[in-house]
Amino acid sequence: MPRLSYRRALTRALADELAHDEAVFLLGEDIQVGASLVTTGLAKRFGTERVRDTPLSEQAFTSFATGAALAGLRPVIEFQIPSLLFLVFEQIVNHAHKFPLMTGGQCRVPVTYLVPGSGSRTGWAGQHSDHPYSLFAHVGVVTVVPATPADAYGLLVTAIRHDDPVVVFAPAPAMDVRDDVDDLAPVPLGRGRIHRNGCDVTVVAIGHLVHDALAVAEEMADQVSVEVFDPRTLYPFDIDGLVESVTRTGRLVVFDDGNRSCGMAAEIIASVVERVRLLAPPRRVTRPDGAVLPFAPALDRAVQPGRDHLVTAIHLTVKDSS
Amino acid sequence: MTDADRVRLYRTVRLIRRFEERAVELVHGGQIVGGIHPYLGQEGVAAGVCAALGADDVLAGTHRGHGHVLARGADPARMLAELCGRVTGLNAGRGGSMHAADLSIGVLGANAIVGASGAIITGAVWARRRQGHDTVGVSFFGDGAVNEGMLLEAFNLAALWRVPVLFVCENNGYATTMPVAGAVAGSIAGRAAAFDIPAVEVDGQDPETVRAAAAAAVDRMRAGGGPELIEARTYRFDAHHTFEHAVRLDYRPPDEVTRGRARDPVDIQGSRLADADRAAVNAEVEATVDAAVRFALDSPEPDPADALAYLYASGLTVRTGGG
Repeated sequence: MPRLSYRRALTRALADELAHDEAVFLLGEDIQVGASLVTTGLAKRFGTERVRDTPLSEQAFTSFATGAALAGLRPVIEFQIPSLLFLVFEQIVNHAHKFPLMTGGQCRVPVTYLVPGSGSRTGWAGQHSDHPYSLFAHVGVVTVVPATPADAYGLLVTAIRHDDPVVVFAPAPAMDVRDDVDDLAPVPLGRGRIHRNGCDVTVVAIGHLVHDALAVAEEMADQVSVEVFDPRTLYPFDIDGLVESVTRTGRLVVFDDGNRSCGMAAEIIASVVERVRLLAPPRRVTRPDGAVLPFAPALDRAVQPGRDHLVTAIHLTVKDSS
Repeated sequence: MTDADRVRLYRTVRLIRRFEERAVELVHGGQIVGGIHPYLGQEGVAAGVCAALGADDVLAGTHRGHGHVLARGADPARMLAELCGRVTGLNAGRGGSMHAADLSIGVLGANAIVGASGAIITGAVWARRRQGHDTVGVSFFGDGAVNEGMLLEAFNLAALWRVPVLFVCENNGYATTMPVAGAVAGSIAGRAAAFDIPAVEVDGQDPETVRAAAAAAVDRMRAGGGPELIEARTYRFDAHHTFEHAVRLDYRPPDEVTRGRARDPVDIQGSRLADADRAAVNAEVEATVDAAVRFALDSPEPDPADALAYLYASGLTVRTGGG
């Protein structure tokens, strides 16, 4: 069974889609040399017309992609830094996302925004460490956060083939995850995945936190039976799949690397409690309200949701209902 | 320029003029909700530029965009239905005045975000040419947009990648109420010069002058040239937005308005036609606009149950907002 890293899974997905569909092309900063180590070798294989280095003009090249998509192509943009999404939020939301409705269905805008290394990279400080997936879920742009190499491949392929804009967050702490992968296939949007079955509490973990949640579940196995649910797509969200899990366990903890206020965890909890009567109040483990990641490694870690926080939240949830 | 071209150009400016005058009446009558940004006075720019385009070309406009859509050849009846929010509108009543689009004729939409069209058109033209078309594009924007970073980034991208986009700045003297002198350091043509984009300033009130400048630019672009810029000096005869008809804002000296309105593109082009030809065009335009108004007002309103139809091209369905 071949070992595949998350990063190489992204490369493979890009290469397969470039080979599969002449309409696909890549845009981004330093992608010909592959500064993010994701587009490595693609310019050589597919040419610099289809793997295009851009000037540092994020707003223009994001809208350039919108125009190219309106004209029938399928652009993929790599953003080197997650915080650049704040700069191009206008171009994605006001134009790419709104055009199908505003034109009364005259067009589609199939653009993929790939963000390799989202979240904290440790030591990259305030303007390089954001994880703003909840913003895109809020405005209704399809948002995926794969946790594993197979899902990174499958969701990126699906994103590129999808007829609406999709943001693909590839969390920095997941980029070097390796897995035995023998079957690479597209993964449908809006379909979660249970990585570990349990019967006492459902932990919803997003992106790289899936791996931390699995480690915690294993560590606590003699005390509590933890089910780990990975939504994979944040918008549209697999609420039916999660409700099925929580209906069995009766308890819910959400593990989310976003800021607390108006974050994904809040939305997930609200969506569940609208439909399920829980045995205990739900809990969330998130970044603090309005977090800006400080530089010093100890401070950086202190603001990220960690395994210890998750252990505490699981204990509290179980205690609250006993 | 043949006699037929001359008449066609007059027909376009006259059509935009009468369409806009009737649209303003419909705003006052409550049939168009939300108001409009009238294109009155600037007709010569859209008409002259669009007369220089071919069938494969694309354009995107502004919040003051009715003229661009009509000059490109959209159906005035469906355009007016769109303004009235009817299901028969160009955008099925989902876009309205500021987003009217007709992709079937290369109109990628009026766009209400100032300076947004440049990069979108650059991408669309690049993509069309990659697919083997001989497309050129037009990005219309106002004098206010030349201070938007996004547009200046688009200048750079189009010039760098030699994408044939005609950037048309309709300098009507004001960004809403801000005069050009209060907002633009340097000059508009100077913005283009910084990117080695050829630029000309033309009298935007003369449709034939605009057409000649646009045709020359389009010829050069089709022959392999990169982007160009035309600064069309024009004047907006009416308000920035029809809300000014209710709320008087004092920012244009009356004598300036009088002088501006004296150079009327419809009159300038009309004076080049024989009286009988002009009268025939006027009658035809009147019938077209009358029919458009009837069509728009007779058309059904969209069903609120379908309010979010078209939200996703992929057909993704969403949760409703109710409890």
